[in-house]
Amino acid sequence: MEHDTAGARRYPAKPADVYLFATCLIDQFAPEAGMDTVRLLEREGIRVHFPADQTCCGQPAYTSGYPDEARAVAARQLELFPEPWPVVVPSGSCAAMMRHHYPKLFAADKVHLAKSEELAERIFEFTEFLVHVVHFDRPDHGAASTVALHTSCHARREMGSHASSEALLAGLSRVKLVRQEHAEECCGFGGTFSVRHPAISEAMVTDKVQSLVAAGAECVVSADSGCLFNILGRADHMDRAAGRDSPSLPCEHIANFLWRRTAETLNGESA
Amino acid sequence: MSHPIQLHPSADFIARTRAATADKDLRKGFRGAMDFLQAKRAAQFPDPVELETLRDLGAAIRRHSLACLPDLLEQLEGRLTANGIQVHWAETPDEANAIVLDIVRRRQAKSVIKGKSMVSEEVAMNHVLEAAGLEVLESDMGEYIVQLAGEAPSHIIMPAIHKSKQQIAALFAAKLPGVAYTEDVDELIRIGRDVLRRKFAAADIGLSGVNFAVAETGTLFLVENEGNGRMCTTVPKVHVAITGIEKVVAKLEHVAVLNTLLPRSATGQAVETYQNFISGPRKPDELDGPEEVHLILLDNGRTQAYADREFRATLQCIRCGACMNHCPVYARIGGHAYGTTYPGPIGAIISPHLLGIGATHALATASTLCGACAEVCPVRIPIPQLLIRLRNEAQADSAHASALRGAGESHSVLGSLIFRAWALLYAHPAFYRMATWLMSRLRVLAPARQGAWTQMRTPLIPARRRLRDLLREPRRDAARDSTVA
Ligand code: SF4
Repeated sequence: MEHDTAGARRYPAKPADVYLFATCLIDQFAPEAGMDTVRLLEREGIRVHFPADQTCCGQPAYTSGYPDEARAVAARQLELFPEPWPVVVPSGSCAAMMRHHYPKLFAADKVHLAKSEELAERIFEFTEFLVHVVHFDRPDHGAASTVALHTSCHARREMGSHASSEALLAGLSRVKLVRQEHAEECCGFGGTFSVRHPAISEAMVTDKVQSLVAAGAECVVSADSGCLFNILGRADHMDRAAGRDSPSLPCEHIANFLWRRTAETLNGESA
Repeated sequence: MSHPIQLHPSADFIARTRAATADKDLRKGFRGAMDFLQAKRAAQFPDPVELETLRDLGAAIRRHSLACLPDLLEQLEGRLTANGIQVHWAETPDEANAIVLDIVRRRQAKSVIKGKSMVSEEVAMNHVLEAAGLEVLESDMGEYIVQLAGEAPSHIIMPAIHKSKQQIAALFAAKLPGVAYTEDVDELIRIGRDVLRRKFAAADIGLSGVNFAVAETGTLFLVENEGNGRMCTTVPKVHVAITGIEKVVAKLEHVAVLNTLLPRSATGQAVETYQNFISGPRKPDELDGPEEVHLILLDNGRTQAYADREFRATLQCIRCGACMNHCPVYARIGGHAYGTTYPGPIGAIISPHLLGIGATHALATASTLCGACAEVCPVRIPIPQLLIRLRNEAQADSAHASALRGAGESHSVLGSLIFRAWALLYAHPAFYRMATWLMSRLRVLAPARQGAWTQMRTPLIPARRRLRDLLREPRRDAARDSTVA
């Protein structure tokens, strides 16, 4: 999976309109991450368009050995973005799917291939978009806090957006970013891998939780909901098993975190 | 405990991973070893531009070798023969072993001393030779240790990496007459060497692998760190080398590039201690060297990979082991859990061609597709992409199954039903909206047990309102009139 990374990419000027491809996980399980994505973009003067027919990027089928099913779903997403606006995706994994894997998925289908190649150029992972297109720079209103960043493997290795997530956190004056051991290692989610190979997945996510706790993170921030559900689900489970009432490892989507800290409301409380 | 190579590695794969992940010592050992090797590799490539340029070169050389593989093999055979090296072609492991047995019989050999060779593991040569009454001794220290323990290598470069110092000490004390228990590593190595050196002098045949076979010169290139490879290839009267047909390169200068990548990627060494260029048997005026040199070129499924435009990249591999050193799955389960000669990411992509896709499909699914392997592979094999393709091939239904060995054998009616239903839902926005609306309304009914997910995680519960619902509600903070359309 050798791909251009964010650093090598040419970025457009800040647009007046963008599409939001929110991902199925955020739509169904973490809608507030989607809302804060919208709020952060709107505050920069960008109109956000949410095509109501969007469902899922198709990755679950694509990585599970069902290319026909993945194509059926991906083909529908290709129809959602008729205007030449950027498409912002608050997930490195889904963004990578649409940017790098749609053209592979449709390699044998000229019409869809052309569409997917055109779309690929407009796909931006959310933090990549904030850093390179919006040039996000907002004062930090939050309390002093120590956080760790977990970057999904596709964000890191296919989108290169770990650097933009890091830059956004570094721009928050009262946030101390700690680095967990093996930060670049996978959390063990991997979609259907997590249920097909539960023992390996458990070993990986348990190590991930432990390294994050050991790093002294009060909160884990990530631009990928899949990883967050995996890490949080495991941390919760470990807390319950140990009889702890309060979560030892709160997790938050980076959109929630950024909005919470930069929203201009009283006392720096979240909006 | 012995870990024989499995004919159907998928069969008990899950059980083996359970056992491996539950073994705290094993996990700690592998993690430590992998961290060490990763750091050593990183230290060898301080300049990312140099690294990426070298990887480009390495990949181009290997792709070029494969692009003209038939011609190069023919040229190689011609040059080797001219140099006095006897070339043998083996399509299957049985054929490869038959060739060796033939040489053994002709030479009336009683003992074989072996340098490290993964291809000889692939064809289970030790078993065949022992069954024929020969004494077979591994001379690479790691291989010697696993041979003493009756195990298979757990890593392609460091066969005994799963063994702690204490385990090796206990093994030596138990298996070697007159050896006392010691945890002194230097002493352990000295003990092993003593045994081995005595055997070199007496061995009838030396057996080795090959790192690269150079077509233009007819040279076998072999690297190692212990000097045992040089002994195996020069001391016994007969030297038999065995390798896969893909290991050929066109020019000697290609070796120079590949060998700047190989040791640095593999063990984090700038250069190996021994580099052997083997160009033929002893000439009449020479004082030493073998009387006969043989090369066995093994196919064993490689031509299947070769014939496929995408799978051909599998054969670019130079067996450096960097992919396993960086694989988070390998680090958790170690090499034996794979049940194949080649473990880790390279094992998952090469084994299906050796053993069939059906027999090995569990290896292809045992990856999060995190891409750590492809990031370090010195010849840029797109490992995750090949894993995705293998998954497609494994589960294809009879109408779509390709001619690849074992394709479609893992087709699951349930799995395809699930994904058909999934596609029905996600390719039809109206269904999707209805179903997710229902889920959000019935969220209190979300099952507390969600299969394997909740064996160790709390359940995933749909939000009260979906993003599409929230976006439709009037908002105080709406700065621009964004749309749901
Ligand atoms: S696949 Fe790449 S990284 Fe793995 S052993 Fe082969 S050359 Fe090395």
